[in-house]
Amino acid sequence: MSSGRRFRALVLKESLQVLRDPSALLIAFVMPPLLLFMFAFAVSLDVSHVSIGVVMESDGPYAQSLAAAYAGSSYLDVTPARHRKQLELHLVTGELKALVVIDQEFETAMRDPQRAAKIQVLTDGSFPNSASFTGGYAQGVFNNWLVGQGLQPEGGVILQQRFWFNPEMDSRRVLVPGVIAIVMTIIGTLLTALVVAREWERGTMEAIMSTPARMPEIIFSKLLPYYVLGMLATVACAFLGVQVLGVPLRGSLTALMLVSAVFLVPALGQGLLISTVFKNQFMAAQVAIMSGFLPALLLSGFIFEIQSMPKALQWVTQVIPARYFVDALRTVFLAGDIWPVLLVNMAWLLAVGALFFGLTMKRFRGGLD
Amino acid sequence: MTVSVSVADLSKSFAQVPALKAINTLFAGGQITGLVGPDGAGKTTLMRLLAGLMTPDTGAITVAGFDTVTQKIQVHEATGYMPQRFGLYEDLSVQENLRLYAALRELPEQQREATFTRLLKFTGLTPFTTRLASRLSGGMKQKLGLACALIARPQVLLLDEPSVGVDPLSRRELWKMVRELSGEGMVVVWSTAYLDEADNCDIVVLLDDGAIAYQGSPQKLSQRLDGRSYLASHVRGDRRQWLVRALETEGVRDGVIQGDSLRLVLSQAQPTSALKELVAAAGGELSAVAPRFEDAYIDLLGGGPGGHSEIAARMEPVADSRSTMVECKGLTKRFGEFVATDNVSFSVARGEILGLLGPNGAGKSTTFKMLCGLLKPSAGEALVAGIDLRRSSSAAKLKLGYMAQKFSLYGLLSVRQNLDFFSGIYGLRGRLRQQRIEEMIEVFELDPYLQSSPDVLPLGFKQRLALACALMHRPDILFLDEPTSGVDPITRREFWTHITGLVNNGVTVLVTTHFMDEAEYCDRVALVNQGQLIALDTPDALKASVATAALPEPTMEEAFIGLIETQNALLQTEALT
Repeated sequence: MSSGRRFRALVLKESLQVLRDPSALLIAFVMPPLLLFMFAFAVSLDVSHVSIGVVMESDGPYAQSLAAAYAGSSYLDVTPARHRKQLELHLVTGELKALVVIDQEFETAMRDPQRAAKIQVLTDGSFPNSASFTGGYAQGVFNNWLVGQGLQPEGGVILQQRFWFNPEMDSRRVLVPGVIAIVMTIIGTLLTALVVAREWERGTMEAIMSTPARMPEIIFSKLLPYYVLGMLATVACAFLGVQVLGVPLRGSLTALMLVSAVFLVPALGQGLLISTVFKNQFMAAQVAIMSGFLPALLLSGFIFEIQSMPKALQWVTQVIPARYFVDALRTVFLAGDIWPVLLVNMAWLLAVGALFFGLTMKRFRGGLD
Repeated sequence: MTVSVSVADLSKSFAQVPALKAINTLFAGGQITGLVGPDGAGKTTLMRLLAGLMTPDTGAITVAGFDTVTQKIQVHEATGYMPQRFGLYEDLSVQENLRLYAALRELPEQQREATFTRLLKFTGLTPFTTRLASRLSGGMKQKLGLACALIARPQVLLLDEPSVGVDPLSRRELWKMVRELSGEGMVVVWSTAYLDEADNCDIVVLLDDGAIAYQGSPQKLSQRLDGRSYLASHVRGDRRQWLVRALETEGVRDGVIQGDSLRLVLSQAQPTSALKELVAAAGGELSAVAPRFEDAYIDLLGGGPGGHSEIAARMEPVADSRSTMVECKGLTKRFGEFVATDNVSFSVARGEILGLLGPNGAGKSTTFKMLCGLLKPSAGEALVAGIDLRRSSSAAKLKLGYMAQKFSLYGLLSVRQNLDFFSGIYGLRGRLRQQRIEEMIEVFELDPYLQSSPDVLPLGFKQRLALACALMHRPDILFLDEPTSGVDPITRREFWTHITGLVNNGVTVLVTTHFMDEAEYCDRVALVNQGQLIALDTPDALKASVATAALPEPTMEEAFIGLIETQNALLQTEALT
């Protein structure tokens, strides 16, 4: 009953196949850095260098000083003008995201302590998200300028904001842990679903099943190389994130590896279940993308916050392993080893993983029936 | 104690459709049992049940003393199973595949090298140990599959159609190896669509529609036909047309072409006067011959499909009256260093059937693809219906119909949609298109299946649909690439009835096949080996060319093997000098 030899032989076979399959290596080692840099640089959720127009209908010293304050902001690229007609078209075409209008009344109001000075901000509402923070920036510059003039902004209260865990509000720090989750989902679920479905498709599964090899040996030998591949990709992503993109790793490397190792359990389980049910590569790939990759991207809280989703959708996220993984990774990267948070997430991951493996075993036990 | 496999009251259904119904049988050690029957009869299901890969609904199977349900592991240890699809890892080398199966079957370390050496020598794979399985030819793959199944000297060897798509030479070698093993007392179950193989088995089990229609020695079944098998020898003129007429004659149950003779199976012991008249008119002589297993098999399953082809009857004769329809000169295709087709020249006349035969990997498919305009020749030229393929391959494509290996139908489209699609890509439009589609549905009786996917059709209907799709635009030339690989004899007969009818209308046919009995239907046979055309003649002339004093009347298979071996020997001496 020495199954060690059989198991080793199966693992060796699988590893040789991975090494000879250029697509597996591509997915494991080329795609992660690609995704990482893509999300870090192209899909940044921060806004800097927003193009706005500043219309100075007044020529007085206050208006000049305010316009200079806008021009000096590192978040804004200013196009100056005399009349709003000159710039309105640019707002329509989208070249400018907002217009700040300093009208003729402004100078008079500034000189009169009884009156509050006003400016007008026009934003492009067809991009609600950027419209709201462009408006915010414009407001912020104005308030700062007022304080600089020794005046109090309207309402008289000055907000002093502090953002915990991510003081510079750099979205890259939030995205990098999310990318790790995406990469691990692709390796764990998509790649596994494909390679196991391939065995069914080519009839090799039937041949292997007719040997004395036991079911768990076949399954776990199949998963082990992909487990290692997944962990290597995580290390690579974390290294790039910390060293190249400057994301802090406030928790320990041990915690990061532990969380990742636990995440691979449901991810691999899901891939295995998909391939066992569909048994052909095309279907397996489709289902793995629909049920693994897309939820990891859209419903894990990676880009869209779960709390702001409709209630029904929030319930759906409960069975998406990536959700717990993203949460745990953010904790490790941005907050530190907060074990109560990590342990709860890991428990959920293991529970979902046990569900997937249980269902797979049940389907497998029947042989070819 | 000798090993055996016993099956008692075995039944198995899939989604309420019975696949096997109350099977009782015993497979004994020391003999080869052939498992035969039409497609969908339940052969593969029985094999999988024997291998312990499925659970019976009722009944039990005992393999070498172990129950296939409760003692699965012991059953797996005692058996070697070779599934229909190779079951080899294509991205592993020959050696690595062997190592994997040696470990899985727990072959002791100290026996390993000796076993590998023995099996590699046995299968002739010794020179290829480091080659990836994907780079092996079809026959070599089957031999490697067999070697993997044999690694731990199993007591029971289960082979599911090991010879499908394998050339006669490799098939004969495979058979010799298995025969040797069964001599050692092993239980061998060999499922096959080749009835000449079944004839060589010690025992056959014939499955039909999930039940055993016959079990016993093949000779005993053949004997049932004593006095009903006849040979109408040396018929003059178009033997295919004589066969059609013979099959339409009263009292004839089945018939095939054998050289310039017709082999006929009668419904009764004496030929009818109508048949006698027909044979006399053909200038042949009618004489009783010893029945073959195939005669009895077809008879048991209800006789052949007759000689009438409705589609051929409907199609108008080919208008193109040129005498040469396909012509190639010095056709050559190189893939890097490798020459797949080497300076091949031949021409095919209007209304001729040319068979392209050769071992796996000889370059048949490459030559074929160049003639259909699917591959660009490296050198030489090819004319199809007078059109140079290098200049205008799309104009030539409208003149030809192509039926690929394994019927290239779209599984995600319904039968109706497949017909719509193929009529569309061949440029049929409007009323004519509707008319042709309706005609195909009527002629091939596809009506009940219009909404189904081609994947779920019975094999015979799948073949009809594939043929319908290739014929709707009324091609002058038909290219058939292994159209009958893995197909049972009755379905193959129906197919050849259609081909015979079409050729009679003036359609020109090029066909590749591994079935030697199909080569007999061809007007001429081109034998291809290692990229070269080594012989091109009528089937009878090819047979005569290898005749010796010891072998005065060689079969087509013997001619094939003889010619290939002679050339291989020649090439080897050339390489040495």
